[in-house]
Amino acid sequence: MSHQPVVVGRDGLAALIAALHSDGFRVLGPTVRDDAIVYDDVVTVDDLPAGWTDEQDGGRYRLKRRADNALFGYAVGPHAWKRFLHQPLLRLWRAEPDGTGMQVATDAKPTERFAFLAVRSCELHAIAIQDRVFLQGPYVDPHYQARRDGAFIVAVNCGEAGGTCFCVSMNTGPKAATGYDLALTEFPGEPHEFLLEAGTERGAALLARLPQRPSTPADAERADAVVAKTAGNMGRHMRSDDVPDLLLDNLEHKRWDDVAARCLSCGNCTQVCPTCFCTAVTDANDLSGATERTRRWDSCFSQNFSYIHGGAVRPSPRSRYRQWMTHKLASWVEQFGTSGCVGCGRCITWCPVGIDITEEVSAIRGDAPGGGHGRA
Amino acid sequence: MDVIAANVVATTDPMVPMPFRITRVIREIPGVYTWHLKPLDGKPFHYRPGQFNMVYQFGVGEIPVSISGDSREPDTLVHTIRAVGPVTNAMQELHAGAVVGIRGPFGRPWPIDEVVGSDIVFVTSTIGLAPLRGLIYEVLHRRQDFGKVIICYGTRGVDDIMYEQDLHRWRARFDTNVHLTVHSAPSGYRGRVGSVNAAIRAARPDWSATTAFVCRSEALTRQAVDTLGELGVTKDRVWVTLERNMQCAIGLCGHCQIGTTFVCKDGPVYRYDQIEHLYSVREF
Repeated sequence: MSHQPVVVGRDGLAALIAALHSDGFRVLGPTVRDDAIVYDDVVTVDDLPAGWTDEQDGGRYRLKRRADNALFGYAVGPHAWKRFLHQPLLRLWRAEPDGTGMQVATDAKPTERFAFLAVRSCELHAIAIQDRVFLQGPYVDPHYQARRDGAFIVAVNCGEAGGTCFCVSMNTGPKAATGYDLALTEFPGEPHEFLLEAGTERGAALLARLPQRPSTPADAERADAVVAKTAGNMGRHMRSDDVPDLLLDNLEHKRWDDVAARCLSCGNCTQVCPTCFCTAVTDANDLSGATERTRRWDSCFSQNFSYIHGGAVRPSPRSRYRQWMTHKLASWVEQFGTSGCVGCGRCITWCPVGIDITEEVSAIRGDAPGGGHGRA
Repeated sequence: MDVIAANVVATTDPMVPMPFRITRVIREIPGVYTWHLKPLDGKPFHYRPGQFNMVYQFGVGEIPVSISGDSREPDTLVHTIRAVGPVTNAMQELHAGAVVGIRGPFGRPWPIDEVVGSDIVFVTSTIGLAPLRGLIYEVLHRRQDFGKVIICYGTRGVDDIMYEQDLHRWRARFDTNVHLTVHSAPSGYRGRVGSVNAAIRAARPDWSATTAFVCRSEALTRQAVDTLGELGVTKDRVWVTLERNMQCAIGLCGHCQIGTTFVCKDGPVYRYDQIEHLYSVREF
């Protein structure tokens, strides 16, 4: 874009949220709830997690106070934007008996338009990956498409690397490169300011409506320094160039047994992953005689997931973990032309036993323990 | 809600079943039944041999089923179903006149144009004939496009031979051979007794110019491919099918993955050499 970045204060951010509301968007962004940063409705700038950050490690997530009032001074929480675009639970249709037949009815398409506030670079990549899955294959998912169309995206360049972040390894961050309408870089402290850049024409049009000052070369340098510092503080690293072949060539590696002994098959990793897209279809009948089909996030960690007549194809946790990890890091590349991993670290943080995908990759490669990979 | 009444509008949403009426029920062998179906909207149902549908019984559930009819007769949809689980058992109780839901057709069909000119050998057992029957019909419609046509079909006993009328009809043709074999038979049975592999060996096509279509369980597919290989059929001339859990049938629910492939959209028909590696990994 040829538009010059601008600098706004907290009032400018408040004006941004108000402008999005007045343009008819439902504004969703980070909020604090249940001791975690989750994505929810943002009515005013006061809903944002001012002064909070998070401590993350394998199986560990804690909110912590910051010394400043930064609004975006955390990494990522358990929520991913997929919960709005690819809903956890969705009614596909409802059918009622009709003589010897049935009448099937579908819900009207949602008309709500989303504005996502504070989308991390890894999350922009995750959305782009789900776009490939749901919009660019032989079949388009109309439900995803209806929610994705017209969504306004305000990205945030990361000022803090989380303890389980490894976007640098996956080339997915920490600076937003594409896929946003506006991107902001936060300068916490005094004065508390934000550098805002437009990525689209409608982003630029919105930018023009905010109280602002022009940016200076010094602002740009400050913004570069923010992401450079973050890039240097990644909590995890994973050599990713050789991973697809590495995993597919090692389908019988003894490490799968090792990780299977720790894995609880709970599926947390798949639920927090911003790209995992599997769903189950369930029918429920009610006493009126009607039946409803719903689609619900599913997990390849359940035994039922692979059930065919006679039993599950993947009865063991070993095969289920292997399915998840080889799909995420290897099969995905052939299926969709990109890795399914964006290095957000959620699967590490939210694993109840702290299984670390970067550590598992290192172990299969045979890297020396403690050689800069895996857990700190 | 947009109401899609039984006979009003078609929907473009591949997740919404369209109502079809069962016009005929044929009991094939114990536990296996064939339905003839007509769409309530009266529109012909076009598909290619090898594709499958998601078949839904109202209030019970939905299952993937291959299409077993003649694709040149799009006014009648034919499904052959084996009662093995809650849905297929419930479906067994349905009679002509009942309405079921159909989503489809889905999946990659058997290749036909690509194999014109070669001898054709079909290798299958028991209900595996169902996904192949549409292809056999099509090959016989275009009989002059192919060399020898040989059907190697095995069953456990004499009571589970599927589509007997078709087999008699095919066997009666001078341009088609049927090698039927059973694993066990009562004394006095005059047909072939033994494995499908023996039936393959009894066939006399030009093996070096043969395309084989194999439709069996995964374990038995490998056996058939080995036998064909010994006779000179390379793996790139063997076509097989795979079976996995399917819920959406459009490549979005993730259940049918094996390795890098989604069986519902990349399959269920595969060229054997392209998926051979998947057979050797347990629980993949």
